[in-house]
Amino acid sequence: MAILLNTLLMIVVALLITGVINRTRAVMAGRKGLPFFQHIYNVRLLLCKDSVYSHTTTILFRVAPAVYLAAAVVAILMIPVADLYPIISFEGDIICLAYTLALARVAIILAAMDTGSSFEGMGAAREALYGALIEPALLMGFATLAMFCGYTSLADIFEHEQSFDLHYTIVMFLVAYLFVTITFVESGRVPVDDPRTHLELTMIHEVMCLDYCGMDLAMIQIAGWLKTACFSMIAANAIAATCCFHWWFAVPLAILLTGLSVGFVESTQARNKLSRNTTFVVTISALAALIFFIGYLLQLNINI
Amino acid sequence: MNYHIVDNLTSAIRLQDIPQVEYAALYEDLKVRLAQERYHVAHYFATPEQNRLRFYIIVLDDADHKAMLASFAMEYYDDVALPSLTALHPAMHIFEREITELYNVEFDSMPWNKPVRFPFDRRNRNSTIDTYPFYSIEGDSLHEVNVGPIHAGIIEPGAFRFVCNGESVLHLEIALGYQHRGVEQEFSATDNRLRQTLLAESIAGDSAVSHATTFAHTIEKLSGKTPSEALETERAVALELERMALHIADTGALSTDVGYQLGQVACEALRTMTINTTQAWCGNRFGKGLIRPSGSNKPLTAAKRDMILKNVEEIARRYDEVKEDIKSSPTLLARFEQCGIVAKSDMQRIGGVGMAARASGLTRDIRTSHPYGVFADKIRHESIIKRQGDVMSRLTVRCNEVLQSAKYIGELLEGYTPTESMPRPDYETALAPDSLAFSLVEGWRGEICHVAITDSEGKIATYKVKDPSLHNWLALALAVRGEGISDFPICNKSFNLSYCGYDL
Repeated sequence: MAILLNTLLMIVVALLITGVINRTRAVMAGRKGLPFFQHIYNVRLLLCKDSVYSHTTTILFRVAPAVYLAAAVVAILMIPVADLYPIISFEGDIICLAYTLALARVAIILAAMDTGSSFEGMGAAREALYGALIEPALLMGFATLAMFCGYTSLADIFEHEQSFDLHYTIVMFLVAYLFVTITFVESGRVPVDDPRTHLELTMIHEVMCLDYCGMDLAMIQIAGWLKTACFSMIAANAIAATCCFHWWFAVPLAILLTGLSVGFVESTQARNKLSRNTTFVVTISALAALIFFIGYLLQLNINI
Repeated sequence: MNYHIVDNLTSAIRLQDIPQVEYAALYEDLKVRLAQERYHVAHYFATPEQNRLRFYIIVLDDADHKAMLASFAMEYYDDVALPSLTALHPAMHIFEREITELYNVEFDSMPWNKPVRFPFDRRNRNSTIDTYPFYSIEGDSLHEVNVGPIHAGIIEPGAFRFVCNGESVLHLEIALGYQHRGVEQEFSATDNRLRQTLLAESIAGDSAVSHATTFAHTIEKLSGKTPSEALETERAVALELERMALHIADTGALSTDVGYQLGQVACEALRTMTINTTQAWCGNRFGKGLIRPSGSNKPLTAAKRDMILKNVEEIARRYDEVKEDIKSSPTLLARFEQCGIVAKSDMQRIGGVGMAARASGLTRDIRTSHPYGVFADKIRHESIIKRQGDVMSRLTVRCNEVLQSAKYIGELLEGYTPTESMPRPDYETALAPDSLAFSLVEGWRGEICHVAITDSEGKIATYKVKDPSLHNWLALALAVRGEGISDFPICNKSFNLSYCGYDL
């Protein structure tokens, strides 16, 4: 029962984050904003629509959305919600999680190239580049957790005796910050990408989905929400582990952490120049290395 | 070289007063003259006259505030190629290309002889919009990206072909002509003055007031009527309101394109306020129906004057905040500065006009160089000049012009007593026969030039329209060279050129 609750909560988080982002943006802009669940209505509408396929595409293009969604679903099954255990949990599942998400990315990149469109080719190239650059950050983040906690399974990593430990708190907050930053890149948000732009020449993720419609597009969007929920929940877990390790604390935290920070940044900041994105993403990786180093020093229990 | 020298306020010129010269002499003169910054060509076109093709050229002298007219003729069956001026002064390309397209006049050693807009009666029927000869570069690491002609959003059609090396653009070629409606021919196809006025308003929807004002001036010159001071004041207010609205809209559009939400929503609201002010005045948000020859159907009343003053003051105050916000936001500066640079020398060579030219340090402003209306007496206009030529300078020029326009509207309307006796529009007065009249107006994009030539019965025989976009599209192509392709949208928005103003 607890296992099912875990998956259910992950889905709730995935569904609500976009709503919170939209609402934050609306409030910041002084607007009334969309209905809170508008993104869900939109996807329901897409689900009712048929797909249209270009003659130049192959089976690769048709399979990709399913692979993308499947990978995202598998990923959420591996994420614990604070004290609830996930369905899939084994030694080393952090590596498995990282590469399940990489599989999703590869599928969508191949599909974009399959269309033969010059826009989508550019989008695929950008996605591959930023994907490759953010991967070290993700693995370093997991490595920090694994090294500091001594486990390689997400479910075990966040289990921690409920006593205040300064070193543990510092590392966990740093890791939480890292994962929130990674969320910006992975879910294609400002300043890296802009999901609302109508300009194909500047898009990264959106441009790869230009040829999709109906059911396929719905699957891609749902998978995007799930991916965002994964990273957000890891960050929330890290914070929850230091103070209040209960699912009823971690779930709202995951929603608000990403929802508010993404909404705030998107309201007040402009997007990066595309050539600066590389620097931005590499900086996240550098930050991850730094956090790993800090974690290592703290684990040696030097006096700070 | 013998030119007929006039200025922007001179009434119609009799055709026989325009000196007819030899092309060779004109060529030799322009060769030297156009190399100087003070000169540029307002219009250069050919038109059939009995059994000849007569060419007219209007050269503007910005320093002396004069326009110099000359003409030369060619027999229909002369098939000598004229030496091309484009080869020396690229700014002439658009005129020579148009002449070639319409009348099959060859220009010798013309470096860029491409179609302009595929009119129905073009000489080469084999050249169609689908076979536009795009420039291409071969290379293993290069790829071409085609955008358009159908716009993915809501604006007008145009085909953009990029040659890219990875993310960076080596070359951009812009092919237009998809909206060619034959506007110039329509002017001479009807004698109905009202109809012609409506046509002028529809040349480019976002410059309705500018084009209608230019048309009204042209017709007034031909009919020998001088617009009253009150009429010119109201026209100037309308034109400055249009300038404000469009500059604010583009500030918002630039914010949208870089994903800056606060700038976007603020400017959208202010732009709505501005065009609603115009609507409250004349019933149309874009000022259609407001500008009419020799009179007005919508004269200002005291209540409307106060409403405009109040709104403009508030818009200026709020827009100033947005401007300060943009200027102090590092993420925006990182996007706009050093992006899409057009150097002053390039701008001058390609004949850039208007606010885009001023952002590159090139002073092209009809309000100072060839003043008309209120700028001839009431207001001493100071052009806003920036030197960097990047997106940020174009944005800054826009920002400052909005505030400047607001100031002008304030100056014009403070103490302006709406007149009870504003004349009604005049659609009847006969035009001077065998004459040429031209008029220059600084629209929000830049210099607008209309030229009308009447026949012996006083009907419009030839009407030529020049929108600033005709020159500035090339500036956009230069701006994106070496930029990342993803910066094309903000470069494009910083110019915001007209498709239908070019296609006519």
